[in-house]
Amino acid sequence: MHEGYLNLETLWFALIAVLWIGYFFLEGFDFGVGILLPFLGRDDVDRRILVNAIGPVWDGNEVWLIVAGGATFAAFPEWYATLFSSFYLALFLILAALIFRGVAFEFRGKGTHPEWKRWWDRAIFWGSAGPALLWGVAFANILRGVPIDANHEWAGSFLDLLDPYALLGGATSFLLFALHGGVFLTLKTDGEIRDRARRAAELLAWPATAAVLGFLTWTFIDAHGNGRVAPVIVSVAALAAAGAVGRLLRVKLDGWAFLATGLAIVGVTATIFLDLYPQVMVSSLGAANDLTIWNASSAHYTLTVMTIVALIFAPLVLAYQGWTYWVFRKRIGREDLVEQPNTV
Amino acid sequence: MDAFHLARWQFAITTIFHFFFVPLSIGLVFFTAVMQTAWYRTKDPTYLRMTKFWGKLFLINFALGVVTGIVQEFQFGMNWSAYSRFVGDVFGAPLAIEGLAAFFLESTFIGLWIFGWSRLSDRVHLACIWIVAVGTSLSAFFILAANSWMQHPVGYRVNPVTGRAELHDFAALLANPTLWTHFPHTILAALVTGGMFVIGVSGWHLLRGHETTVFRRSASIALVVSLFSTIGVVLVGHLQTLQMTEEQPMKMAAAESLWNTTQGAGLSLFAISDQAHGRNAFNVQLPHMLSVLSTFSWNGTVDGINDLQQQYEQRYGPGSYIPMVAVTYWTFRVMVGTGLLMILISVVGLWLLRKRKLETTRWFLWLALLAIALPYIANSTGWILTEVGRQPWVVYGVMLTRDATSPTVGLGLVLTTLIGFTLIYGVLTAVDVYLLTRFARSDPPAAQVPTPEPTLVY
Repeated sequence: MHEGYLNLETLWFALIAVLWIGYFFLEGFDFGVGILLPFLGRDDVDRRILVNAIGPVWDGNEVWLIVAGGATFAAFPEWYATLFSSFYLALFLILAALIFRGVAFEFRGKGTHPEWKRWWDRAIFWGSAGPALLWGVAFANILRGVPIDANHEWAGSFLDLLDPYALLGGATSFLLFALHGGVFLTLKTDGEIRDRARRAAELLAWPATAAVLGFLTWTFIDAHGNGRVAPVIVSVAALAAAGAVGRLLRVKLDGWAFLATGLAIVGVTATIFLDLYPQVMVSSLGAANDLTIWNASSAHYTLTVMTIVALIFAPLVLAYQGWTYWVFRKRIGREDLVEQPNTV
Repeated sequence: MDAFHLARWQFAITTIFHFFFVPLSIGLVFFTAVMQTAWYRTKDPTYLRMTKFWGKLFLINFALGVVTGIVQEFQFGMNWSAYSRFVGDVFGAPLAIEGLAAFFLESTFIGLWIFGWSRLSDRVHLACIWIVAVGTSLSAFFILAANSWMQHPVGYRVNPVTGRAELHDFAALLANPTLWTHFPHTILAALVTGGMFVIGVSGWHLLRGHETTVFRRSASIALVVSLFSTIGVVLVGHLQTLQMTEEQPMKMAAAESLWNTTQGAGLSLFAISDQAHGRNAFNVQLPHMLSVLSTFSWNGTVDGINDLQQQYEQRYGPGSYIPMVAVTYWTFRVMVGTGLLMILISVVGLWLLRKRKLETTRWFLWLALLAIALPYIANSTGWILTEVGRQPWVVYGVMLTRDATSPTVGLGLVLTTLIGFTLIYGVLTAVDVYLLTRFARSDPPAAQVPTPEPTLVY
């Protein structure tokens, strides 16, 4: 039964990996725009352009996270329970950040006082920077291993999550998302703000590449270079993509640069999942305590029902989310600022 | 206070806070969609102005429902990991489907609606708001499927090897009779919430003789919606009490503060229960009425708390199976009382409208403004009744709440997040009330057809 890759457990492991990859690819540039907001937005008009660049799509992007959480609950309840009760405070910080960031988009324009906007702008920055860092820390920890006992219960403390490898993971996600956001803005905006976004992305390209190189190298030196070929190929592709971003930006191939930052994010995340498989959480207290797709999963009936549901809805979701990006494909800039008092 | 009690407080605060926003969002999105449809059909600019005015209030409120929903989804794993391990196989499925089928729909099409006024054709743009409305209802359906399973577990069995609950009939989960009363009750309650909100805000403007065309029309539509929805809520609610007598007799007995099994039981109007001694310290009742309502016969037998406790002990072993009786009893009465009051308000309002005296009857307009609070009271007490009345079970008859917590999340951790989330919710409530008040008092936007390109919306 535990042989080969053609089974529902592996399918759901792959689907959850895809949900996280999709989440980081999409929400990654939302986070990046939030991180760059105080640096690229010189006045309120600039900041409005930046927020509006992701305005129509950020909410849909965030749902990838919620569905990743829900799918984990349904397909691997043991993983869901151990992960969220173990990473308790980290998750609390992420949730608090996402709450303030989410309402800030909607509320910042609903007041006129400069202090009102300044507070919501801070919420957007910290609400983007915090999760951008913490997601990297969390996934590095899942792969490196955290203290989990024989009952799959957490046996550590918050500080156990902050070892150097995990922090490097956090720095990698933070820099990659910031870069991804910068490149996204060169595609979505016009005029001076676009030039500023390009310069920011060029500045971020090398530190981000260095972080990717460091993180992936450490991953393979560490015990988790488990002899598979696929993670190596994906890693090399991720690194090459990150390395190409600076060059692509200089020759003004912005679309390709965006594809490259996206590929880097996809590659790094895929490396983590490929390296992890068939584990879903590694225990630092011994391999016997590891959570795997076999001991953490739901029964086959539930996995079958969920597979059918996913086959129906996933293509629909991809179609209408794709269509949204098509509808809002136009660049925005200062000339779009038709003052509209009192409209929805 | 131990971690268990704090975790329960956190669940209660998070859920009530989340559900503070959800019903108004569902109610207003349908209202907005109907207004936009009327505009699409008639091209009457008043309907466009109504769409934009109520749509803006909907959006402010919707944002808070979205962000508090994220906590809702993750708190099971954080504070209730033992529960999640035990039920994930069954309970996780509707939650995941809610995300895949409903959240994606709502959050994608809300973006299209907000930013799409001039990017999409009128017809497609109208479809967007309807899709959002359908999405919110789908979301309610799946989350209530999950909750109904906790109230009345069906379609599962406990695997003797793993000791976990496993789904074995997904259709039964969706056909759960509890779900099919909970769902209409919730949707109708949401329409009432939206209706009372629209009536109250319109009343405030009418008091000032302000934009009377827009607000008279808003109020009259909302009054009709409120009347039918409140009556519907009460009727479905009555079906739910009958169902509760079958499925969770203890909850029903506690909701009536009926301690001993009685033939020809009276309907209690005001009871002070004495839980320690298993009796009421004080009780005013209408003779025979409880038997009539729950068994349709003058001398029908209704089970009492003490007798049920004995039955439960025989079935489930020693322990107390009695929820907090006073809380269950009073939340039930407050919910029903506010519901009946809202029927009365809708009837009076419609009568005044028919007599063409709505705008001049100042006491009613003030009353309508205050009555915005009523659905919130009814919604919250309704959920407290449902959840507190089920205790000590988290899954009725299957798992005790005490066994459901995260064993490794101690008092300090729960306290930290409890304080943290409560502070966040406090700030957000203040901001939401401030913004809703501010925009509810503002003028409805001028009708601009066609609207200039609103690329920068936020």
